[in-house]
Amino acid sequence: MEKRLARYIWTHTRGQQLWILLVVAVSMIPYFLSFDLPKQIVNGPIQGQGFDQPGATQTFMNISFDLPWLGTVTLFDGIELTRMQTLFALSMVFLVLVIINGLFKFYINTYKGRLGERLLRRIRFELVDRILRFPPSQFKRMKGAEVSSMVKDEVEPLGGFTGDAFVQPALLGGQALTALFFIFMQNVWLGLIAAVMVGVQALIIPRMRRRLLVLGRERQITARELAGRVSEIVDGIGTIHAYDTSNYERADIASRLGRIFKIRYDLYQWKFLVKFINNFLAQLTPFLFYCIGGYLALQGRLDIGQLIAVISAYKDLPGPLKDLIDWDQTRQDVQVKYVQVVEQFSVDRTIDPAIQAIAIKDAGSLKHPLAAVSLSLADDSGAKLLERVSVQIHPGETVAIVGGAAGGGDMLAEAFARLTWPESGKVTAGGDDLLELPESVTGRAISYVSSDAYFFYGSLRDNLLYGLKHAPLKDAVYQGSGATHRKWQIHEAKLAGNPDYDVNSDWIDYEAANATEAGDLFAPILSVLDTVQLSKDILDLALRSTVSPSDHAGLAEGLVEMRHALRDELEEAGLSSLVVSFEPGAYNTEATVGENLLFGTATGPAFIGKAIGKNAYFRSVVGRTGLDRIMFDMGYSIAENAVELFADLPPDHPFFQQLTFMTADDIPEYQLLLQKLKGKSFDGASEDDRGAIIRLSFRYIEPRHRFGLLTDELMAKIVDVRRQFHDGMPDNMRGDIERYDPEHYLASASLMDNILFGRISHKHSDGSKRIRSIVSSLLNSLGLLERVIDIGLDFNLGAGGKRLTAVQRQKLNLARALVRRSDYYIFNRPLPGLDHRLQDEIVRDVLKLVRRDGRDPAVIWVLSNTALSSLFDRVLVFDRGMLVEDGTHATLVENNGIFKELVSS
Amino acid sequence: MGTEMLLKDEVQMLRRVPLFSNVEPGKLKLLAFTSDRVSYDAGEAIFHQGDTGDAAYVVLAGKADILVDSSTGPIKIAEVETNSIVGEIAILCDVSRTATVQTTTAVEALRIRKDHFLKLLTDFPEITIEIMRVLADRLSHTTSELSEARSRAARKAPEQPA
Repeated sequence: MEKRLARYIWTHTRGQQLWILLVVAVSMIPYFLSFDLPKQIVNGPIQGQGFDQPGATQTFMNISFDLPWLGTVTLFDGIELTRMQTLFALSMVFLVLVIINGLFKFYINTYKGRLGERLLRRIRFELVDRILRFPPSQFKRMKGAEVSSMVKDEVEPLGGFTGDAFVQPALLGGQALTALFFIFMQNVWLGLIAAVMVGVQALIIPRMRRRLLVLGRERQITARELAGRVSEIVDGIGTIHAYDTSNYERADIASRLGRIFKIRYDLYQWKFLVKFINNFLAQLTPFLFYCIGGYLALQGRLDIGQLIAVISAYKDLPGPLKDLIDWDQTRQDVQVKYVQVVEQFSVDRTIDPAIQAIAIKDAGSLKHPLAAVSLSLADDSGAKLLERVSVQIHPGETVAIVGGAAGGGDMLAEAFARLTWPESGKVTAGGDDLLELPESVTGRAISYVSSDAYFFYGSLRDNLLYGLKHAPLKDAVYQGSGATHRKWQIHEAKLAGNPDYDVNSDWIDYEAANATEAGDLFAPILSVLDTVQLSKDILDLALRSTVSPSDHAGLAEGLVEMRHALRDELEEAGLSSLVVSFEPGAYNTEATVGENLLFGTATGPAFIGKAIGKNAYFRSVVGRTGLDRIMFDMGYSIAENAVELFADLPPDHPFFQQLTFMTADDIPEYQLLLQKLKGKSFDGASEDDRGAIIRLSFRYIEPRHRFGLLTDELMAKIVDVRRQFHDGMPDNMRGDIERYDPEHYLASASLMDNILFGRISHKHSDGSKRIRSIVSSLLNSLGLLERVIDIGLDFNLGAGGKRLTAVQRQKLNLARALVRRSDYYIFNRPLPGLDHRLQDEIVRDVLKLVRRDGRDPAVIWVLSNTALSSLFDRVLVFDRGMLVEDGTHATLVENNGIFKELVSS
Repeated sequence: MGTEMLLKDEVQMLRRVPLFSNVEPGKLKLLAFTSDRVSYDAGEAIFHQGDTGDAAYVVLAGKADILVDSSTGPIKIAEVETNSIVGEIAILCDVSRTATVQTTTAVEALRIRKDHFLKLLTDFPEITIEIMRVLADRLSHTTSELSEARSRAARKAPEQPA
């Protein structure tokens, strides 16, 4: 990248800079005219100059020029106006000039702003583009947050400076020179004094500012490092908690902030010192004028009129000069920042842009063997990881790579994936150096998976299909204002040197995923998810999620229908007691008393949380039926039981998990409350105490808590109160509760709850597991599985995929590669977190899956479980960076070499 | 709801379990409350050999067989009686289930989760001693069966060719 900012700006904005210079020059005409006008108004019509006789007139707006050779050219003769008319005419001209000046200013500022923003866009894009082209080794030394703070914050001031880069010095320099010229015109000697002082200022101030630049650079670097450290704390929070090092981190941050403070304070001190000296020098000139000029005038060697003229001409000099010096300060500041950033982004061996050129057309399959030719790899310290390995992998071959931990097989896999660049030798594909092939060939023909998975913030689907997004294959269709906006986007992108690829286009290469369009993508995806054993997890994610039925037309109806199918299915299997359904006219023993009473989900402020206890309508229904008294007695018994059972246990005892209606902290409070209420009835208890007691009965489930508090009568009463509660509900509250209705979908409940429409019985120890498998097979047979999995694919993975478990992440990482059709699959110990049995199953299934539909890709699998190598055509054994054995599983076993040791160990 | 068993009934039943006969009723009530009440139909497996052990079961009513997998299919090695505890080995030794327990009649049981069970042992030494007694009993039973099996094998051995 260009090292000098001025040149960078000039290269990219030359035309606009010249244009704005011209506009500024033109704008000077009305600007200076408006200076002269007030004097004319005061002297002319107001004070009466030229209007000596009453009724005298003057020529207004006579436009004529005295040109050499041509003589006087008159454009407009002007009109004769009286004194009053002239006053109004001149005032109107003044107003017009004000407006013109304002418009010029508006245009210039907007233009400069746009110029700056475009350059900022260009520079930011260039930086990110460079990151995308850095050699892989570069990333071992970079901190993401530092780089992002450079791209985001450090180049920001460049935009603001761009518009002023050339206009400002031209304008201010012009003004300063004019002022200086005027002084010279009055008196050459005093002019020389002023010129010398300007020279001193121009010499001293930049020198003093050198230190400012050093400090500025330090400030920039320390701030960047701080950003890096903060992101390290976020990324390493687990480690920090695990080792109790949070205070070490606090100390580190505090000391960094201290350093930044010191630098910034130094910067301020120095800055204001420079300012002081600058001001002093500026004021020294008039001092010299007064002192020396005055002396000369008194001596009679200088005309007093001249001296006054010089002094008044001088007042126009410091302003532009100060602005010019300030501009220079900004320039240097921005230059430092720019150089700092550019240095960080100047990296040797960046990838040639041609290698990453976008390719809409598929380059076709890679029919050539993949080969390492005398390949050596080394780490950052120069230690050899792989030594002069030559090996060829043929298309269609399945190759297992085995060896010890530092065997080097994993490094060979990385080299095949272009992630590690050769120290010497090369990796070739059919004679071409792999590093010289376009990424559009290697990045599609080769799929690489390691245990080191990265996921982007977004849905599971986005991440699963990420490997298919090489190019915008199908343009998005825009209409009306959308189309105009898209046109504007393209135009602007070009002006800022950005590419105009549309993120809203369909980037997914369906063909590479064995599909033709979005509609038939599900089948191949599901087979991949099944292969890596992730489909069950995704189904569970979906069943736990709550969706709005309007977003998924038809699904709600399907799930409501499924309730009946599930019931039949359970009945057939003799498992009807597994789920106790909600029925409008019956008490559900597996649900809480509260659920049975409300028979719905509170969704609005009238009933949600504690509001229900204060809701007047609810209380009137419960009070009218006398249920409040019954529930009070019930809650009292529950409190008694709980206190009796748990009073002696320490608060951290694991048994408290079982106490669903209280926490360990509540026990002593209820103990006190029981003493207080002893012998008192419902009527004797205070409002709050009643609430605290009745609340307990809301959470009571008889089969679970087994205190023996529910009688058939009471259950019937609760069902009756439920009916009264719903029948008499005022209209304004109906929207605040979603009533359980066997024939309708509950938008506030999860998919699973909607399917079950009941509670799983506590009696069966593995009830929920059995229900899950029944639900899953039923979804499949009813044709709803695709839609439900689709909801699971909407699950947001969070930052770096952290909302999934480590095992799920590894499976998804593998799935992401398997979705793509490739000629070479390279699996570099992709599943270290899985147990051997699962690894075994997945390896077998993957080998089967990649050969679906008669395809014949090569598979290179770096195995952590050597025993699985019998599944492959060929086995490569690595030991201490060298390829020590190469052959079929059978021959290697016979060989009695290292392989046999590995297998037996 | 007359069929539903209540906490106080369970306490009565737990008192009949030899393991808990010396534990005071208040503690038994706590044990019952913190355990899950589970029921099984006849022929259902309470757990399978090879599963990870996450709970012990106290059989309150009904009977079950203890089965061990072999090359010729499952072999019944013992029976679980009413009022006895089963599945405690897997949670004491942190091993997977050593046998399958399959009901022969409808069974009502209390499922005591692993962490609760271990807590129980540290809180109530009388239960620990009782568990030791049950285990020692089983060991001596197994030892005598083993020696019997060995002597049977020794009698058979000479008939086989060397």
